[in-house]
Amino acid sequence: MDISKNFFELFALPVSFHVDLSQLSARYLELQKALHPDRHAHLSDRERRMSEQYTAYLNEAVATLKAPMSRAQYLLKLQGFDTTGESSVAIDPMFLMHQMELREQLEEVPDQADPFEALEELSDEVDSILKQLRSDFDAQYAAQSYDQAVATVRKMQFLEKLSVEIENLEDHLDD
Amino acid sequence: MALLQIAEPGQSAAPHQHKLAVGIDLGTTNSLVATVKSGEAVTLPDTNGQHILPSVVRYLNCGRKDVGLLAREKAAEDPYNTIVSVKRLMGRGVEDVRALGSEAPYHFVAGENSMPYISTVAGEKSPVQVSADILSVLTARAEESLGGELVGAVITVPAYFDDAQRQATKDAATLANIKVLRLLNEPTAAAVAYGLDQKAEGVIAVYDLGGGTFDISILRLNKGVFEVLATGGDSALGGDDFDLALATWVASELGIDTDTLGSGLARYLTEKAREVKEALTASDTVSVSVAHGDARGELTVSRDQFNALIDKLVARTLRACKRTLKDSGVDVAEVQNVVMVGGSTRVPLVREKVSEFFGREPHIDIDPDRVVAIGAAIQADVLAGNKPDSDMLLLDVIPLSLGLETMGGLVEKLVHRNTAIPVGRAQEFTTYQDGQTAMVIHVLQGERELVDDCRSLARFVLRGIPPMAAGAAKIRVTFQVDADGLLSVSAKELSTGVESSIQVKPSYGLSDGEIAQMLQESFSLAQEDLEKRRLREQQVEADRLLVALEQAIEADGNELLTAEERDMLLSEMAQLVALRNGDDADAIEKGIVVLSNESDFFASRRMDHGIQQALQGHTIDEIEEKK
Repeated sequence: MDISKNFFELFALPVSFHVDLSQLSARYLELQKALHPDRHAHLSDRERRMSEQYTAYLNEAVATLKAPMSRAQYLLKLQGFDTTGESSVAIDPMFLMHQMELREQLEEVPDQADPFEALEELSDEVDSILKQLRSDFDAQYAAQSYDQAVATVRKMQFLEKLSVEIENLEDHLDD
Repeated sequence: MALLQIAEPGQSAAPHQHKLAVGIDLGTTNSLVATVKSGEAVTLPDTNGQHILPSVVRYLNCGRKDVGLLAREKAAEDPYNTIVSVKRLMGRGVEDVRALGSEAPYHFVAGENSMPYISTVAGEKSPVQVSADILSVLTARAEESLGGELVGAVITVPAYFDDAQRQATKDAATLANIKVLRLLNEPTAAAVAYGLDQKAEGVIAVYDLGGGTFDISILRLNKGVFEVLATGGDSALGGDDFDLALATWVASELGIDTDTLGSGLARYLTEKAREVKEALTASDTVSVSVAHGDARGELTVSRDQFNALIDKLVARTLRACKRTLKDSGVDVAEVQNVVMVGGSTRVPLVREKVSEFFGREPHIDIDPDRVVAIGAAIQADVLAGNKPDSDMLLLDVIPLSLGLETMGGLVEKLVHRNTAIPVGRAQEFTTYQDGQTAMVIHVLQGERELVDDCRSLARFVLRGIPPMAAGAAKIRVTFQVDADGLLSVSAKELSTGVESSIQVKPSYGLSDGEIAQMLQESFSLAQEDLEKRRLREQQVEADRLLVALEQAIEADGNELLTAEERDMLLSEMAQLVALRNGDDADAIEKGIVVLSNESDFFASRRMDHGIQQALQGHTIDEIEEKK
């Protein structure tokens, strides 16, 4: 397998933030049928080991393209921008202020009269901001305004993290 | 057309011969073995016609042991030498198992790596050894009933088992001298048995409540592919806990002091509780009479009383269902079928709550005790190579996140729960002190952020890092999880290439040396026998490679090989055939390596060809159009 191929080419999909998830999933299954170690279980150890590596690569590819956040980061990586490590990109102070407010809101959730409702409200707000950022990214990437796209991904990272914390708190409240 | 004749006279090695393979459900309470016979998966009975083998081993002082029903009958009488529910001890340390208290009333001794050994009249037994004794009985039953040697087995494990518990199960199989074709998650096995039978498509939920473990898996079924979307559960929650809750209640109602309960009486009461629980499935009230030593009395238990005792436990399973559904990204309304597995799903309250949660009646028409073994047998049949045309494929996930300890006792996750396996992940770390030349790699599993709240899987040290300023060294740590869900970890310092790797053995596991020694002891074979055995193993390995290559050349040789390449492979194969028919195990082993190396290029061409075939019809034109 030519692993220098990018993940989009692997699934014969166009390089774009828009991914047809049902198509991605269908092709993933077709490739699994060709590559999975169980398909090679009665073959030699070498072939099985090789297929194990290929399947791991395939799994990484599908997971990367499935989630909007990792898909956006991968698209930027293809253009030579690494957004997975530490960053010095300056973020709009207004955005940061809003982030701090949202975090304060999250911290106060357990003390609310109806914590579930408060959490739901917060979660809806985070989702709607994320949706907006994704659509911003799509437009910026398509227009090859990569610096702006990088800044948008930085913002998405804040909200994705918040989203995880909201879920953790929900689990916690359930218990 | 066979290209080569590799069978010895009088010994058939025909490639399409049916191979004997079994599926084993190694349960907390009961175990089963199943196989595919003339196209149908069936569980295999013992000579008395019993299919279910209670997972109980009793060690006797003459070195003998009883496994199964006979042992279970003596559980209350001989509690310290009779090991029940050993699955709960698998992959756990001495401290963990002591915390189980009266559930595991054995005399534990800490072995190497804090591995708990149970002190019995027949000596110290590790949980791995006890499980191996159960497995041996099942494979012996299968070989006798099928009349031949098994090529391997698929052994089921709870989906929620962590790496240590999986590794311990695999070690038990090694000790019982079984080739493990795959460790298969129990709910996935059930989905196979159910899905193939019902020709189901779409999203299904498998709710699996066994004796000691609970699993919930959400799967998507699509043309023979069983794709696990998410899995969750509790590896220490099951029907045994129902029994325990009821036994504790009965004891307090009868004024028996549960704090000073002897193990014999504790066993007696839980056994009684189990009977009551089972009777309450059909009746609204059940009377129970206790007569064990000084403890005597009678009382009546109603189903409502029982329900109240287990309500909290059932609610715990539903919370796991909720979280797992969320992880799967599937809405509860999209779940088209709910399948119940495990004996504990017979409890009416469980059925009621599960159907309430999913908003639909669960399927209870399949035998919840046998369905896991049946599914495992179907996969074993495919993995043994008996079904070359089968479309069936199982895609599973890792149940718990895997990570590393970082500064401040925090866990950095490298592989998140519900990631599809096999998977490989790498991450770079750095040194935090000037001149630091070694780094401890501490591997953990679990969802919590603090090291202390996660399970410690392994610790190893990467040495030989060149002294540099803090933060200057770059150490890449790679996690690989194979299709059995087992982890291996390697670490490499990038500027010097210093490398260290480890097949993660559980912190409380057996070392490879210990396993080898126990194997030796259990066989007590003469040196000559061992050599014969090794020769036979190498011959089998050589045959497998030869048959695989022969089939590959037959299938793709014309398309993917030039005439010279084909001739080269055939002549290399002929050389291995010559070695294989000799009696030098070392020479055969070397020959296998040579032929593997020489045929590597062909294997990768076949893989690439497979990819092209899979994407045939999705052309670049199509890609261009969409741009």
